[in-house]
Amino acid sequence: MIPLKYYLILSAAFFSIGIIGVLTRRNAIIIFMCIELMLNAVNLTLVSFSSFFGDSSGQIFVFFVMAVAAAEAAVGLAIIIALFRNKLTINVDEVNIFKW
Amino acid sequence: MIPDYLAEFFGNKFIGYLIAAALPLFLWILPYALYAVYAERKVSAFMQDRIGPNRVGPKGLFQTIADILKLIQKEDIVPASADKPLFVMAPYVIFAGTFAAFAALPFSSIYIGSNINLGVFYIMAVSSFSVVGILMAGWAGNNKYSLYGAMRSVAQIVSYEVPALLAIVSAVMVIGSLNLNEISEMQTAYFWNWWIFGGPVVGIKKFLLIIPMTIAFIIFFIASLAEVNRTPFDIPEAESELVAGFHTEYTGMKFAMFFLAEYGNMFVVSAISVSIFFGGWQSPFGYLGNSLGISWLIPVEQVFWFLFKGSLLVLVQMWLRWTLPRLRVDQLMTVCWKYLTPYAFINLVLIGIITLF
Amino acid sequence: MTTYDLIFYLFALIILVSAFIVVAARNIIYSAFSLLFTFFGVAGIYVLLNADFIAVVQVIIYVGGILVLIIFGVMLTNKITEVEIKTESFQVLPSIIISGIIGGTLVAIFTKTNWKVAEPQILDKTVTEIGRFLVSHYMILFELAGIILLVALIGSVMIARKEKLETEEVEK
Repeated sequence: MIPLKYYLILSAAFFSIGIIGVLTRRNAIIIFMCIELMLNAVNLTLVSFSSFFGDSSGQIFVFFVMAVAAAEAAVGLAIIIALFRNKLTINVDEVNIFKW
Repeated sequence: MIPDYLAEFFGNKFIGYLIAAALPLFLWILPYALYAVYAERKVSAFMQDRIGPNRVGPKGLFQTIADILKLIQKEDIVPASADKPLFVMAPYVIFAGTFAAFAALPFSSIYIGSNINLGVFYIMAVSSFSVVGILMAGWAGNNKYSLYGAMRSVAQIVSYEVPALLAIVSAVMVIGSLNLNEISEMQTAYFWNWWIFGGPVVGIKKFLLIIPMTIAFIIFFIASLAEVNRTPFDIPEAESELVAGFHTEYTGMKFAMFFLAEYGNMFVVSAISVSIFFGGWQSPFGYLGNSLGISWLIPVEQVFWFLFKGSLLVLVQMWLRWTLPRLRVDQLMTVCWKYLTPYAFINLVLIGIITLF
Repeated sequence: MTTYDLIFYLFALIILVSAFIVVAARNIIYSAFSLLFTFFGVAGIYVLLNADFIAVVQVIIYVGGILVLIIFGVMLTNKITEVEIKTESFQVLPSIIISGIIGGTLVAIFTKTNWKVAEPQILDKTVTEIGRFLVSHYMILFELAGIILLVALIGSVMIARKEKLETEEVEK
């Protein structure tokens, strides 16, 4: 039986990889993917707590996180596409003016 | 249950389940796909007043075996400008999605790959691997027809998942279970206990359920046609516009895997309809094994009825393919969002009201 | 080591390697498809944790929805002339240090804390239990999630749709 700690360490490592991606990449879509990675890492923690504490409330939180992530994916990609249409780039360091 | 028996036989749960999981592939998917291709060609020949394949073996029965032998011998070409790793991976991802779905199909009361509580839901979920696989194949081929085919295909599958899931949910609301094996078990005895005829419910509710259940089945059937890219929804691989859609660049065995996945998917969606609406592995008029008193005959009959009903629905899909013309992209979206989805919602509410009684 | 342990390590490896490819791949499309394996690995871990419903929902929402959206986003925001789409990264060293600090803190907290662990029980009908929770305890949240999704739907259509003027220009 794998102890709870292993699951938590896995999700911590997973989360840190997501952080590296958000901080280093220039492309907005990859940053977006890395945010999904971080959300997944948090979900993993919630589910492992829920399973080891024998309480299914944790799984319901995950359910809501997924609903919000789906909404976020739709809006985020819409913003990225609108950005691309106006600026012809989705590199975050090139989008640095307040208005155009 | 066969998986448990195999696990005991080999003394190891893991090996036993692995072999049990591989059973449908070798005993059903491969022979079925071979003869489904043959049947497709014969059906099309019948519809168009031709003879169809008739050279290899009696009535051309070995035609598809010869075709497979030919495909195995062919050179496996990866186009020079293709994205090699993705190009190689795509057929496996698509086939994995199809094959994983077979794990939750109840072939009989003694064989189901994995008797999980979430059966239907699980099958709908793993079929989304095929969606990603299609995108992968279309992208990796580096061919505009592949990419167009993949984009169309994915837009279509993602849209039609909505009415399909709504139809299933409305049926599941009455049934009260997602486990396909349990659903099949409920519809025991005679065919008027199938869910499309109101299920094993007594009283006025049974008669009230017949019409909404039929509507749910029709919506699911139409949506499932679109999900497996069959005519009239075959714009992703419309031969006259896109060569062959997302698998234009594939040759040899990889091409054969796409075919296997396509025919496998046709059977999976038919098997879902069969399990939910047409009694699963239950015989429509009682078992021969019961009346003769031979107990081992019953599971064999169950396997027969399940495969027979599934293949019959596959045959209906082929029949539709050679009868109906192809829809345009805008008509396709109209059918999904303006007709099927609202009707599925109304049906859902209707069934909800009926279950209150 | 039992088979379950092996399966855990296998899925953990899948998650970490594919997540690393998402972050490090130079070709965006590799990042996007690598995400498929990450989501699959996470779903596998959920199954090991007896959360079968969440695992299936994970596959439906992330693989069937979000990943497809992301790949469409990649295809729409790059001029697709060839298969290779490169992007580069910057500030690699400082960000590794930052994430190392955050990750190290998390691991330290997770290992030092003495978690009160109940015996993980196999819930027979997770779907029933979650469904009951959703329409009793968490009713308002459930409704709110629906509203959020509706708002996101309308909002994203409004943001992403082309302005009337622009289409006319294209047609000319």
